[in-house]
Amino acid sequence: MTLLAQIPPLQIPDIAWSAISPELVLFGVGILALLLDTAGPQRLQASFLVFGFAAAGAGYIALSTEQSVLPGLVGLAALGQFALTAIWRDRPRLLSALLAALGFAGAIGVTTWQWGAYSGRLVGADAATFVGTDSLLGGMVAVDGVALFTRVTVCLAGLVTVPLSFAYAEERRIHRGEYYPLLLFAATGMTLLASSADFIMVFIAIEVLSLSLYILAGFAKRDLNSQEAALKYFLLGAFSSALLLYGIALVYGVTGSTNIAEAGRAFSSLDAPQGMAVAAMALLIVGFGFKTAIVPFHMWTPDVYQGAPTPITGFMAAATKAAAFAAFLRVFVGAFAPLQWSWTPVLWVLAALTMLAGAILAVVQNDVKRMLGYSAVAHAGYVLIGFVAVNRAGVSGVLVYLLIYTFMSLGSFGVLALLERRNHKAMAIDDLRGLGRRDPVPAGMLALFLLSLAGIPGTAGFVAKFAVFRAGIEAGHAALVVIAVVSSVIAAFFYIRVIVAMFMEDVPEGVAAEAPLAPSTGMSAGIAFSAAVMVAFGTVLPFLLVDLADQAATFVS
Amino acid sequence: MVALATAVGAVLAQTPVADPAGAAASTGAAEFWVFWILAPLSLAAAVSMVVLRNPVHAALMLVVNFFTIAMFYAVLEAQFLAAVQIIVYAGAIMVLFLFVLMLLGVDRELPTRVAQIRGQQPAALLLGALLFAALAVGVAGPFLGADSACNAPPDAVAAAGADAQPCVGLAAANEEGNVRGVARLLFTDYVWPFEVTSVLLVIAAIGAMVLGRRTERPEDLVDGRGVRKEPLRARAARPTGSTALDREAAE
Amino acid sequence: MQAAFPLVFAALLFCVGVFGVLSRRNAVLVLMSVELMLAAVTINLVTFGLLAADRGDVVLTGQIFALFVLAIGAAEVGVGLAIILLLYRNRATVNIDDADLMKY
Repeated sequence: MTLLAQIPPLQIPDIAWSAISPELVLFGVGILALLLDTAGPQRLQASFLVFGFAAAGAGYIALSTEQSVLPGLVGLAALGQFALTAIWRDRPRLLSALLAALGFAGAIGVTTWQWGAYSGRLVGADAATFVGTDSLLGGMVAVDGVALFTRVTVCLAGLVTVPLSFAYAEERRIHRGEYYPLLLFAATGMTLLASSADFIMVFIAIEVLSLSLYILAGFAKRDLNSQEAALKYFLLGAFSSALLLYGIALVYGVTGSTNIAEAGRAFSSLDAPQGMAVAAMALLIVGFGFKTAIVPFHMWTPDVYQGAPTPITGFMAAATKAAAFAAFLRVFVGAFAPLQWSWTPVLWVLAALTMLAGAILAVVQNDVKRMLGYSAVAHAGYVLIGFVAVNRAGVSGVLVYLLIYTFMSLGSFGVLALLERRNHKAMAIDDLRGLGRRDPVPAGMLALFLLSLAGIPGTAGFVAKFAVFRAGIEAGHAALVVIAVVSSVIAAFFYIRVIVAMFMEDVPEGVAAEAPLAPSTGMSAGIAFSAAVMVAFGTVLPFLLVDLADQAATFVS
Repeated sequence: MVALATAVGAVLAQTPVADPAGAAASTGAAEFWVFWILAPLSLAAAVSMVVLRNPVHAALMLVVNFFTIAMFYAVLEAQFLAAVQIIVYAGAIMVLFLFVLMLLGVDRELPTRVAQIRGQQPAALLLGALLFAALAVGVAGPFLGADSACNAPPDAVAAAGADAQPCVGLAAANEEGNVRGVARLLFTDYVWPFEVTSVLLVIAAIGAMVLGRRTERPEDLVDGRGVRKEPLRARAARPTGSTALDREAAE
Repeated sequence: MQAAFPLVFAALLFCVGVFGVLSRRNAVLVLMSVELMLAAVTINLVTFGLLAADRGDVVLTGQIFALFVLAIGAAEVGVGLAIILLLYRNRATVNIDDADLMKY
């Protein structure tokens, strides 16, 4: 025991920079945007300083490692931010927004590069696991299909949220400089969560994204609804995080490891404290259930979705769900696979409850935003079908669903933001009456998104629903799929009610004097982009998307 | 209290593990007594924190609770955590809580505007008790038997016989000192979570700033130059309703 | 001392925290109850760290995890108190039953 009397030198670990590059891009751009916003009149000097340091660092790397691609890109990015700052030094928010959009685009680019680099290691269809088990950085980061696909989903959501936010935040006078950095940090947390291979990372990433979203939900801080949304989200979020953490602690207690893959191995070889494992699983289901808004744990959803600034609501509904489901999948399929007999029935019941309760509660809503909040709950239920199937088609279906839902959600909340901007108030269904006559283009867009949410054949929503239903039937959960169809029919009722109000009913008395809609360039671009993606995935290229998702569900890093 | 302090002192003196083998053999009894003295104290503090009507008293009870938890860390061979718990939690965080309570001036439970849900407290009590029953059965079961007699006094280990797991504790991991052991791991295997935690702290700082700022210059709430200059007047002319959005826009 | 003692104690502490969250109406006290739950979990983590060491894993994973939990809990308190202060400034109450603007 005197062996270690002398102090061994610290082994500096190898950092797998490529594995964490999307997070680095997102966080780096967030900090840069924050810095440039804070610098005020010295913005240009600050930007030049950043450029100088980055260029020096890139030069050093280029000289010492004789690489040219990575330093070249870093130098180019540094030059780019300096050029942008020079052009828009008097428009700090526009600069932030541009940087944020470029950051999201850059993260998508990096992830695509990762996809190309890693998908070479395809495994055969008979491989035992289809969620990545190997991982990098001391077992903290998983680079597998689910992680990469979800990263792209999250970054696309962010990319659409930025233009939707700009005019909206301007109009509501909440355009503080911290808005875009927080959006980027939230996305950082989501990509981290999607790619975390260790329970410690799962917890930290959930907190990163939750803290950012608590703040963003309360960003319109003079609006009482927004404050209330922040408070409710915070208290329930903190409570659910504590429950999740207890579950993680129990997993660590049973298996002696916090690594998800190692925990899975320990569970499969365990003759063991089943009671504790089941308790851990129950607590984890509750924790993830809160984050993904599954029914008994959905109480916060409508209030938070209604109170938060509308573009943020769209982002929350889409991206949080994608990231949380990715981690949910990795934990349950990766670690708890040997205990599948115990959690599949529970999730089956939760899926059924979620679909039915979400759809039924949405029917009685009058506020459109709140109705879409409940519909988001129902959609979490449809995603769960793919989850419960626990097969490749299921994982692929979950990924497809979440990507398509991202655009449906952002598109519909984007149109609402556009209307709120004109009307200066939250939209009730009555306010939409006759919209189709006066403003046919936005009304048509909203109708497109709603039809897609309803899953009418020919829309992207149908492709998504078909993917998960197919997986459910393959896995023998036909009853669940029947429940899902019933729920879809109920849901179609309230989506179509809105469409009827827009196109079949007259403008009510007294609102004829409304100003015409003046959509900003950003909002039009965001909504049009979402609509274009919807149409493309719904009609022309559904197979491309499904193929990509199948591939993502197959390859293991 | 003197006995308690002595016992705690004894544990703290031993566990830095200058002589791992000796410490592992001798901590058992002291740990046992420290636990049985502190656990009721800690629980009493927790329960009174939850039920006391005066929030300031409740906060002080939480301080007591955090202190006892720090002692538990020391007993469980986590000396660094014990120090952090006292400095960060019992110190900084609790001061923050008390500061906010004083700032709000709510040194009593305010009367509610709406009626409380009837029977909420009994329901909460029932739920808590059920949760505890489930957790206790799940958690305690596997570790109650003789073969998990870890950290037990040496005679108990001997009584358990050859089936008993050896009580190694963290002696080996803590050999070069608990702080150094933690630091070594933190900067090697756990360097990525460590960095991500710094992201979290940045977010928390921004959040406190965004939400806590009381007065804001109007130009900070919109984009700087190049935006329409007239909306303020146009806004005033528009008939305003009573919705929150309107109220906000009017400000 | 058997490992079951601190584990059961932590479970009890956790459930007291859960009871606090469900029964207190003052938002600050709800937040304090959440902190109590987190503290209970850290006791669990440290105890399980000891047990893992008995199984042969000689790493301080439990303690490191507990350290992260402490840091995250502190960050959460910062943001939470900011939100509560914001609410108080506009409504002169921190009672969570009064946060009932949005209903259907």
